[in-house]
Amino acid sequence: MDLLWLVPVCPLAGSLILLLSEGRLDKRIVGIVGAGSVGLSAAAAFVVGLEFQRSGLESHTYAAWTWMEVGGFAPAIRLYLDGLSLVMMGVITGVGFLIHLYATGYMWEEEGYSRFFAYMNLFVFAMLMLVLGDNLLVLFLGWEGVGLCSYLLIGFFHTDPENGYAARKAFVVTRVGDTAMLLGLFLLYREFDTIDIGAAMAGAQAAWPDGSSTATLIALLLLGGAVGKSAQVPLQTWLPDAMAGPTPVSALIHAATMVTAGVYLIARTHDLFLLSPEAQFAVACVGLVTLFISAFTALVQRDIKRVLAYSTMSQIGYMFFALGVGAWSAAVFHLMTHAFFKALLFLASGSVILALHHEQDMFRMGGLWRKLPLAFWSMLIGSLALAALPLTSGFYSKDAILLTSFEYAWGGPLFWAAAAAAAFVTALYTTRMMLITFFGETKTEPHDHSGINMRAPLVILAVLAVGGGWFGLSPVGSVLPDRGLGEQDHTSAVALATMAAPILGIVVGWLFFGGKIDRSAIVNSRLGNALGRFWFGGWGFDWLYDRLFVAPFVWLARVNKPDAVDFVYRGTVVVMRRLHQVAVLTQTGRLRWYAVNMALGLVVVFLVAGVL
Amino acid sequence: MNILALILVMLGAGAVAGLSERLHPAAPKWISLATFIVTLAWVGIAFIGGDAYANQYIPWIPRFGINIVLSIDGLSLLLVALTLFLGIVAVVSSWTEIERRPGFFQFNILWVMAGVVGVFTALDLFLFFFFWEVMLIPMYFLIAIWGHEDKAYASMKFFLFTQISGLLMLFSILALVYFNYAATGVITFNYYDLLNAELGGDVAFYVMLGFFVAFVVKLPGVPFHTWLPDAHTQAPTAGSVILAGILLKTGAYGLIRFVVPLFPEASADFAFWAMFLGALSILYGGFMAYSQSDFKRLVAYSSVAHMGFVLLGVFAFYEAAGVLVVNDLAVQGAVVTMVAHGFSTAALFMMAGALQERLHTREMSNMGGLWTRAPRMGAVTLFFVVASVGMPGLGNFVGEFLVLVGAFKANIPLTVAGALGVVVAAVYGLILMQRAFQGTPNPNVPSMRDFGLREMSVMALMMAGLIWIGIHPQELLDMSAPVVNALWQGAP
Repeated sequence: MDLLWLVPVCPLAGSLILLLSEGRLDKRIVGIVGAGSVGLSAAAAFVVGLEFQRSGLESHTYAAWTWMEVGGFAPAIRLYLDGLSLVMMGVITGVGFLIHLYATGYMWEEEGYSRFFAYMNLFVFAMLMLVLGDNLLVLFLGWEGVGLCSYLLIGFFHTDPENGYAARKAFVVTRVGDTAMLLGLFLLYREFDTIDIGAAMAGAQAAWPDGSSTATLIALLLLGGAVGKSAQVPLQTWLPDAMAGPTPVSALIHAATMVTAGVYLIARTHDLFLLSPEAQFAVACVGLVTLFISAFTALVQRDIKRVLAYSTMSQIGYMFFALGVGAWSAAVFHLMTHAFFKALLFLASGSVILALHHEQDMFRMGGLWRKLPLAFWSMLIGSLALAALPLTSGFYSKDAILLTSFEYAWGGPLFWAAAAAAAFVTALYTTRMMLITFFGETKTEPHDHSGINMRAPLVILAVLAVGGGWFGLSPVGSVLPDRGLGEQDHTSAVALATMAAPILGIVVGWLFFGGKIDRSAIVNSRLGNALGRFWFGGWGFDWLYDRLFVAPFVWLARVNKPDAVDFVYRGTVVVMRRLHQVAVLTQTGRLRWYAVNMALGLVVVFLVAGVL
Repeated sequence: MNILALILVMLGAGAVAGLSERLHPAAPKWISLATFIVTLAWVGIAFIGGDAYANQYIPWIPRFGINIVLSIDGLSLLLVALTLFLGIVAVVSSWTEIERRPGFFQFNILWVMAGVVGVFTALDLFLFFFFWEVMLIPMYFLIAIWGHEDKAYASMKFFLFTQISGLLMLFSILALVYFNYAATGVITFNYYDLLNAELGGDVAFYVMLGFFVAFVVKLPGVPFHTWLPDAHTQAPTAGSVILAGILLKTGAYGLIRFVVPLFPEASADFAFWAMFLGALSILYGGFMAYSQSDFKRLVAYSSVAHMGFVLLGVFAFYEAAGVLVVNDLAVQGAVVTMVAHGFSTAALFMMAGALQERLHTREMSNMGGLWTRAPRMGAVTLFFVVASVGMPGLGNFVGEFLVLVGAFKANIPLTVAGALGVVVAAVYGLILMQRAFQGTPNPNVPSMRDFGLREMSVMALMMAGLIWIGIHPQELLDMSAPVVNALWQGAP
C-alpha cells in the first residue's frame, strides 16, 4: 500500500514530460508516455488494491505534506483509501488506461498529439486526487483540476470558435456549482473547525440531530456542486455541448469518470445526507427529473454523440436517484457498470465516426453492421447493458436501484414507476440508435483502419460491460450504510415489471424504428412535431438561461463598457472646464471694467463686514 | 541588513543609468538589470544568512520628531523581494520596447522601485509620505513620456488621483500627529509611538477614513478605481508591470500596516463598509473586465477584482465569545493574494506588451487564433489566466480561498458575493483566452515571433513562483504571520 502515492504521480509525471517537451517528442514516444503513465498507474492501483483487500483494513492514509497552516486551519495533502475510493481508483485508472490506449490510435492523425495526452494525463491525475483526497480542499483541488482539463479538452480543436464556446460554457456552468460547494465547505469549516472529511462527518453525526437545518443547508450546497459537475438539472446544459471534444475525451471525462464526481461526492459525505431526509429527497428528485428529461431528449437526437451524452445524463440521473432513495451501494455499482458500458459505447461510436471521416449524424450512417463488425458488436453489447437487459452488467445495478426505490419512504412506488418508465424510454432510444446507425441502407461508405490499440480496448470493455456486474461490489459495503446488493426479492410483481420495462422498450423500438409500424403519423402530428422540437432542444433550458442570465449580462457589459463610475470623474472635469470658461470671460483687458468691479467688490466686503 | 544603503544604491544606480546613455544606448538597461539582480541577491543572501530583519534609526529633524526609521520584518521583506524581482521582470519585458531616451527611462524605473522599497520599510510617517511621493513622480513620467496614444490624458488622470489621495493622507498624518501631540505633548511621527495614540472616537474615525481612502485609491477599490484602466492601458509595458505588480500593493500594505494597527476600533466600526467595497470591487471589477475589448484594459480591471479580495480579507473582523477578533486566516489570505497577484498580473501585462510589440495593437478583435502562430505565448497566457481564475494548486487560489474561508466567519452575504466573483473570473479569464489565442487564425495578423529564451526564463520563474505558493505557501505564511499577529495585537 506504500505505492499509493505512485497512482496519481504517474499520470502527473507523464503530463509534465509531455508539456515540457513542447510537442518535440516523436509521436510514438508520446503515445508510450501518455498511455504508459496511466498503465503504470493502473498497475500500481491494482497492487495497492490487492494489498488493501488482503490486509482487511477499513482505510489507509498516506500523508505527503501539510498544504498550508494558518491559525488552526491546517489541511494536509493526504491520500485516503477505503472501499469507495478503491472502486473509484480502479475505474479511473483501468478504464482510463483503455481509453488512453484507444486514443493513441484515434488521435494519430490529429494535430497536437502531444498536447492531447498531456491534458488527458493531467485529467487522470486530477481525478485521482478528487477521489483519493482526505479532506475537502484536496478533493476541491481535484474537482477544479478535472474541470480545467475538461475545458481544455472540449476546446481541444481550438481553431473552431464553437468548440471554444462549448468549452467555456462547460467551465462556467460547472463553476456555478463549484461555488455552491465551496460555500458548503466554508460552512462546514465554520461549524467544526476542520475540513477533514472523516472528522467533519463524525462531528456532524455527533453534533446534529436528524433533520438538522444546518445539515440540510450544507448537504444542499454540496448537492449544488455535485449537480454542476455531474450535469444534472438545473446545471445540465453544458454536457451535450461538451461533445465538441474528441471522442476519447467524451468517453473518459464526459461519461466514465468526471461526470460521476458528483455521485462520488454525495456518497463520500453520506453521513451528512443521512442526517437530512429533505436533502436526500432533493437528491432523488434531481436524479429523477434529470433521468426523465434526458431520456426523452435522447430519443430525438440526430448526432450519435449527443444521444450518448443525453444518455449519460440520464444514467447519472439514475445514480443520483439511487443516492436519494438510499440505495447507496447500488449507486456506486451503477457508476462502475456505467463506466464500462458507456466508455464502450463512446469508443465504438468513435470507431464508426472515424471510419466515416468524422460523420456524426446517424441519419447519414446506416447499414454498417456487416462492414464494421467489431464496432457493431461492441455497440450492441454496450446498448444491451445500457438498456439493462438481464445478464448484462447494467441490469444488476439498475435493477438494484429500482427495487430499492420502491421501498423508499417518501412516495417510493411513484418514484419507482417514473424511473421504470424512463427505463422503458432508455431501451427505446437505444434501439433507435442501433437501428438507424447499423441497419437499413448504407449512406456513407466506411474505411476502417483501426489497429490493435483501438480494437483491444473495445474487446476488453465489451467483456466488462457484460460481466462487470457479476462480481457485485463488495468493497463499498464497509463504507456505505445500506444493506448489501442482491438481497431484493426477484420474484415479486414489481421485480418482474422492472425486468420487463427494458424488454418492452426494445420490442416497441423494434416495431417503431424498424419500419414495422408507420410512425410518420405520430411524428408529423402537431403535438408530435412540437414535442419533438421541444425535446430536441433539451426542454428549453438553454433558451431560458440565455434570456435570463447570458443576454442581460452581455447587454449590460456592452452598455457599461466605458464604466459608469468614471462618469462622475469625467463629469467633474467638464464642470471645472465650464467654470474656467466663465472665469475667463471676466478677463477682458478693459481697465474701466476692472475698476468698477473692484469698487463693487469693496462695497460688498464692507457691507458684509458691517452686518457681521 | 542596511536598508538605507539598499535604497541609496537603487537611487544611485538610477542616476548612473541615466547618465550612461551617453556611453552606449544599451548601457542603461544592463545597469538597471544588474542593479535589480544584485539587490535581490543581497536581500536573498541576507535572508538565508538570517540577518534580513533589521531596524535602522537615524535622526533627521528631531525638532519635529521626524527621523529616518527603516525596518524590515517578514511582511516588508516579502514585499521588498517581490519589488526587486518584478524590477527584473519590468526591465526584461521592455528590453526591446524603449528606443527613446533609454537612460531617463531606466532612471525612472529605478527611482520608482527605490520609492516603493522605502514605502515598504519606512516606519516614520513623514518618511513614509516622502517615499510615497518619490514613487509617484517617476511613474508619472513613465506614462507621460513612454506611454501610448492617449498618454497625456492617462498620466494626468493618474497624477490627479494619486496627488489628491496623497494630500488626503498628508492631512491625515498631520491630524494624527497633532491629536497625539495634544494628548501627550510630544511631537512625533514615529510609527511605534503613534500606535499608542489615544484619539477620541469621532476623530479616530475621520483620520482613519482619510488613510483608508488614500490607500483604497491606490489599491484600487471601487469607486476610486477609474484611473487604473487608463493608466495601465497607456503605460509602457514596464510601467504596467510595476503598476499592477507593485504599486497597487502599496495600498494593500498601507491598510495592513497602518490603517488597522493605528485605528483598531475605528477600523472595526468601518469593517462592514470596507468589506462591502471589497465584495463590490470583486464583482464590478470582474464584470468590467469581461466588457473590455482591449487586452490590457481587461487585465487592468481584473486587478480591481483581485485587490477586492485584499479589502475583503483585511477587514474581516469577527466576533468570538463576545469580542471582535482579528481574522488571521483572512489577513494571511490577503497577503498571499498580494504576492500571487504580483506574479500573475505582471506576467499578463508582460504578455500584453509582447503582443503589442509584435502586432501593434491591443484590441483583441485584431487578434484571434494566435495559438497557432505562437504556441508558447498561448501556453504561457493560459497558465496565468488559469492562475488568475483561481485554480487550486496555484498561488492565487490559496490567497483567495483563505480570504473567503476567513471572511465567511465575519459576514456571510458579502463572502457569498465575493465567492461569486470566482464565477465571473472564469467568464472574463476564458474570454481573454478565446479572443486572443483561440478561434480562427486572423488572416490580417502577420507572422509573429514566439517567445524566446529571454522571455521564457522570466515567465518560467513566475510560473514556478505561483506553483510554489500554490502547493506549499508555508514559508510565505510563516514570514508574514508573526508580523500580522504582533501588529494587530492592539486590535479589538
